[in-house]
Amino acid sequence: MDTAVKLKKNWWGGGQSPYNISYGKLMMWFFLLSDTFTFSALLISYGSTRFSVPYWPDANYVFNKFFFVKGNLPLLSVSLMTFILIMSSVTMVLAVHAGHQKRQKEVAKWLSLTIVGGLMFLGCQAFEWTDLITEKGITVNHNMLGPLVHGHATAGPAAFGAFFFLITGFHGCHVLSGVIINIIILINVLKGTYEKRGHYEMVEKVGLYWHFVDLVWVYVFTCFYLL
Amino acid sequence: MEMQHAQVLEPQPTGMKDPVVRSLIRVFWILLCVTIIEVSFAFLHYFTDFPPRMLLNAIFIGLTVVKAFFIVAEFMHLKHELKNLVFSILVPLLFITWAITAFLSDGSSWNQMRKNTPEIEHTTPWRTVTHEHR
Repeated sequence: MDTAVKLKKNWWGGGQSPYNISYGKLMMWFFLLSDTFTFSALLISYGSTRFSVPYWPDANYVFNKFFFVKGNLPLLSVSLMTFILIMSSVTMVLAVHAGHQKRQKEVAKWLSLTIVGGLMFLGCQAFEWTDLITEKGITVNHNMLGPLVHGHATAGPAAFGAFFFLITGFHGCHVLSGVIINIIILINVLKGTYEKRGHYEMVEKVGLYWHFVDLVWVYVFTCFYLL
Repeated sequence: MEMQHAQVLEPQPTGMKDPVVRSLIRVFWILLCVTIIEVSFAFLHYFTDFPPRMLLNAIFIGLTVVKAFFIVAEFMHLKHELKNLVFSILVPLLFITWAITAFLSDGSSWNQMRKNTPEIEHTTPWRTVTHEHR
């Protein structure tokens, strides 16, 4: 008479997977978790160093260039970068949704737009780096963003350049690899590999990676430019 | 054979008629508004020094967590997955939140421990330097 009683499923008792998603998707989640630890370690080290020194350059004055417009426009270019990346996340999730509906052309359309968004973000990031390196003379271990002493700028904390270039560079590498992976998956979509396979789960997996990249940027944006 | 032709398949709704697409676009608008609110607070503080720095940072961190929640739950679909997966992801993140708190307060305490902190006006803006250092 066990059938009369509804047994609670023993997920962790062994014999079956406690998750009802495929191996590939689960491994992507675990990889993203490990990457979260890496980025957290970088941002935590940035945070604790920054709070431990008496002076840190003000982001409103360092990041004040907006492409080729003259003048003081704090935070505008980085807000645009955040918007571009969020938009590319939206196009990515629409590609995943189209994959669920098995609409090949629509998947290709949204995936292409995601790739374009990623490339635009990389272009903006390259512009930021160029401005900081050539106009403001910030390097990995030297910058002149220190406090004014008798009207002269002094050397700022050496860690500023190191942290900025390392963390945004590491994130930029993730965006670049995401764009390359998206291009490969796009080629496969256009070739019909996933139609033959019967499911678009690969698009879902790279979608997870892309959203992770967006999420990390949200945190980097907050830590470097807002806090 | 008649039964095969009697059933007409409803075409799948696309674009904004699809309820899933509508909810995703709704999440996009939420993310955009939260980002605009964050940047507006930053500008408000830049021009008027209100709200005070501590409160401003708390607002930023809170709003960023809100954004993170929407990206992970809706875009990455975690809200609709099995509870096992949700907890496998969330529990380590809670530990990381603790690590962030612990290390930031550690950093602040190092600052307090410094004996020779020079008198620096933190509001002193840095100005553009000519390329004399090259």
